[in-house]
Amino acid sequence: MAKIIVDGTEIDVPPEFTLLQACEAAGAEIPRFCFHERLSIAGNCRMCLVELVGSPKPVASCAWGVRDCRPGPNGEPPQVKTKSPMARKAREGVMEFLLINHPLDCPICDQGGECDLQDQAMAYGVDSSRYVDNKRAVEDKYIGPLVKTIMTRCIHCTRCVRFSAEVAGVPELGAIGRGEDMEITTYLEQAMTSELQSNVVDLCPVGALTSKPYAFAARPWELNKTESIDVMDALGSAIRVDTRGREVMRILPRVNDDINEEWISDKTRHVVDGLRTQRLDEPYLREHGRLRPASWSEAFAAIAARLKQTPPARIGAIVGDLAAVEEIFALKDLMGRLGVVNLDARQDGAALDPARGRASYIFNATIAGIERADALLIVGSNPRREAAVLNARIRKRWRAGKFPIGLIGEKVDLTYTYDYLGAGPETLAEIAAGKHSFAATLRQAERPLLLIGMGALARPDGVAVASLAAKAAVEVGAIKDGWNGFSVLHTAAARVGALDLGFVPGPGGLTARAMAEPGALDAVFLLGADEIEIAPGAFVVYIGTHGDAGAHRADVILPGAAYTEKSGTYVNTEGRVQMATRAGFPPGEAREDWAILRALSDVLGHRLPYDSLQQLRKALYAAHPHLMRIGQIAAGDPEDVRRLAQHGGAVDRAPFRCAIEDFYLTNPIARASAVMAECSALAESRARIVAAE
Amino acid sequence: MLADKDRIFKNLYGFGDWRLAGARKRGAWDGTKAIIAKGRDWLVNEVKASGLRGRGGAGFPTGVKWSFMPKQVGDRPHYLVVNADESEPGTCKDREIMRHDPHLLIEGCLIAGAAMAAHVGYIYVRGEFVRERERLQAAIDEAYEARLIGKDNVHGWDFDLYVHHGAGAYICGEEMALLESLEGKKGQPRLKPPFPANVGLYGCPTTVNNVESIAVVPDIMRRGAAWFAGIGRPNNTGTKLFCISGHVERPCTVEEAMGIPLRELIERHCGGVRGGWDNLLAVIPGGSSMPLIPAGPNGCDDLLMDFDGCAKHKSALGTAAVIVMDKSTDIIKAMARIAYFYKHESCGQCTPCREGVGWMWRVLTRMAEGRAQKREIDMLFDVSKQIEGHTICAFGDGAAWPVQGLLRHFRPEIERRIDEYTAKTRPEPVRVAVAAE
Repeated sequence: MAKIIVDGTEIDVPPEFTLLQACEAAGAEIPRFCFHERLSIAGNCRMCLVELVGSPKPVASCAWGVRDCRPGPNGEPPQVKTKSPMARKAREGVMEFLLINHPLDCPICDQGGECDLQDQAMAYGVDSSRYVDNKRAVEDKYIGPLVKTIMTRCIHCTRCVRFSAEVAGVPELGAIGRGEDMEITTYLEQAMTSELQSNVVDLCPVGALTSKPYAFAARPWELNKTESIDVMDALGSAIRVDTRGREVMRILPRVNDDINEEWISDKTRHVVDGLRTQRLDEPYLREHGRLRPASWSEAFAAIAARLKQTPPARIGAIVGDLAAVEEIFALKDLMGRLGVVNLDARQDGAALDPARGRASYIFNATIAGIERADALLIVGSNPRREAAVLNARIRKRWRAGKFPIGLIGEKVDLTYTYDYLGAGPETLAEIAAGKHSFAATLRQAERPLLLIGMGALARPDGVAVASLAAKAAVEVGAIKDGWNGFSVLHTAAARVGALDLGFVPGPGGLTARAMAEPGALDAVFLLGADEIEIAPGAFVVYIGTHGDAGAHRADVILPGAAYTEKSGTYVNTEGRVQMATRAGFPPGEAREDWAILRALSDVLGHRLPYDSLQQLRKALYAAHPHLMRIGQIAAGDPEDVRRLAQHGGAVDRAPFRCAIEDFYLTNPIARASAVMAECSALAESRARIVAAE
Repeated sequence: MLADKDRIFKNLYGFGDWRLAGARKRGAWDGTKAIIAKGRDWLVNEVKASGLRGRGGAGFPTGVKWSFMPKQVGDRPHYLVVNADESEPGTCKDREIMRHDPHLLIEGCLIAGAAMAAHVGYIYVRGEFVRERERLQAAIDEAYEARLIGKDNVHGWDFDLYVHHGAGAYICGEEMALLESLEGKKGQPRLKPPFPANVGLYGCPTTVNNVESIAVVPDIMRRGAAWFAGIGRPNNTGTKLFCISGHVERPCTVEEAMGIPLRELIERHCGGVRGGWDNLLAVIPGGSSMPLIPAGPNGCDDLLMDFDGCAKHKSALGTAAVIVMDKSTDIIKAMARIAYFYKHESCGQCTPCREGVGWMWRVLTRMAEGRAQKREIDMLFDVSKQIEGHTICAFGDGAAWPVQGLLRHFRPEIERRIDEYTAKTRPEPVRVAVAAE
């Protein structure tokens, strides 16, 4: 520890601290624009200047280390003054410089109310300007459909440039020009391609980069802020849902160092308009081949009439990718009472089975654990598409150095370099057998990490591939005391929760794929399952939010609540239990899904024994106690992985395919979003150009 | 006046042969092996003893700078980088060395490399210096051919020397921006600390020296530190290339002893100020970024051309590029032009310089016409103080100082011009419209 005196108070701080950190530790507030905890230090805004006693000039506290300070003449600790006339004058000067060319358009600026420059100008600005010449005007740039630019407002802090180069790993933003003609832009004003690009909007301390879909939509002070979690991928990123009235206006990230740090993907952020369009707001009933609006009682009566004639063996239920644990529990309960064993939550046919133990299907290493890993093997996954934020974490670890990465699967740009080992299971088999050179790399590592994607598991030989991957993990020493490197990366937010509840076929039950076959079943319940096509013939009850594939196929539609409209538990790919909070109410007649199932159970004569969410949760927690520990992970048993390794089985030679074709259109909400459609079209045209080259 | 025998740059004007044979005749590459054989510590101490201060502008003692390099070479190699990005307006000394005496520089690089345990050196040549680069490269090729440098050379210190051609940005002459540029990035200064001796080129220990600082090293080694230290004044030792431009009869670059009086320098080598010494208005002693020093008994008359001599007049020796201005000069316009240069060359990275230098230029441009308020004079000084010392690199200081020099010494002139402008009657806007018909 090093001693330092900040504004007269002596404190002890680690020597690697910067002065800014030391000052904050001492309780002094330091204004800043360019400095950001998760980006490299640029030191260019000069707002954080402090007086370092003994130094003739004020120093940039964000860049000056405590260990760079010299002690006083008699060995007294270095002294920093944050409120001295020198420091204050320096900051006021910087603020004046920033403001001389900054437009006075706060009333029409979307950053208004949450603008760092506005806030700090209140503290360090003066009320009148000494600058009488014309202000600089800068042409706005097109940098994509998500980020709107008003470049005259730019204060050149380069946070966006550093973010895209360092975190996103797609260095598309940069500065051209020199001096006061310096401008931030992409090369030839092309659209940014990163899946994390919208985070630059949050990073921008002024209104130069704002959210294009949210432009002029609301003011921050009119919004109700609800802390929740995201369901667009299986990470469960921490988000804040901002609503005005019943309408979700925007989604912003929250800090959660265990999962998303403070980034979210573009899909998480800009799916907002998908929550408004294509919504199912009343029950529908299919009559003479056409869907017609119906009342709840009509819809329930139709279901009851149909189920009365159907034996349980001919009934099935499939859970979709966005369902919360509560409704899955209620559905399973109801199906159990009906004697139905055809249950499945794996629309994609992923070979994951709760019977093999929790460690066999969760991301055992944890997301934060990626930073502790020292070698990585990616099997059948494109983390950039499947979990963009997790990919940024891998990149962060890779940037720290000494992190060999191997990939088996599709050769794609992951924003970091890796050894391409092969396309299919035979390469994995070589590694499991220790015959591959990368196996030695993994074995030498202290904490090797095997990331297994749905591309490797959602295939007919998935069990054998999973077993092979487990064998490889055991072979290279990824399963040891204090470290379990066998990590499954899910793509669906509901998946781990459903597996925890055991929503898989009972004895003799059919899998989702089998249920979809022609003539397999007479009645199927789809709980937001839109990624599967039920063959004609079966009577389909769809409980969901959007007029997507499932609703089109349905005979009865029961309108449910989207993730921002209900309080629901989700278990992320790590097995971490998290709770989404209700930010608004579902539209029209739509109800929370568990309540629909509870009401339906009554009509079917098998009343579920809970009348409120609290009672449901009580039953849920009694059956699955680990689900009540919000924010925590019930760790899997490493023995499960060893047992899985013993399973064996014959593998196919087919190469692994990425589980996600189109990052922007993975679920019904995203498919209803015009913004996502635009991003998708842009990405597709870009891919076509690349392919043509 | 410097005796001919004490000159280091004997072919400064290119009258002799610049090639290896000619350079050898003038004494270059003589006993280099023995010098290097004396070892790192001896070399560094010798440079320290000579009192050589960096010739690039800041005047930091060269030997001390070299001693900052790690004593042992770790897993990171050491680099020597020579700053030949000579862009300071008025300065034209390094180019003379590169095109007329390149072997002094190459030999200096080898010795400096040995003194800081660097096996690789880079010479970063200014973008506009095309011929200079070609000649320097030709000289390096000669040296390689004669096995004076390179792997397994005759001197016993492996040393590779590369010439890198810049793209003509002034800021790339700042050592940290130079390193960024050399790495292939946008030329913007890095933050200090860490200093380049610790984290420099490609993150490795690096020393950046001016061409002249390096080129004088072989002669210091050959003739002894005491010889070099004996020239000039204490703390301001040795010989120096002075570049005198502007309103003198014969502008020139000349090697002189440090501490030579300005008047002697101008009158002996340049044929005097145009129209006589009394016609002098002001000089900028060290390249455009230094504050000007006005003529007169408390200014140019007793100005000694060395670091301390210039500092006495609140200016600095800089690159010793003396810009002479006689009484025909519109001093405000001249400073506005310099401000324009700095506005144009600011890298734009940090706020005070990016925003402030353009502001100063705009105000000065108006002041040159007289189209300003008198209160803006104090405001301009305040703005220049808000830039100075608040930036990442010294560019902000260099942009602010000439303006401060102007305000310090020529305030009455600015006020006079404002009064003149205010007093003038101007045609009415209506008449302009009529004339346009």
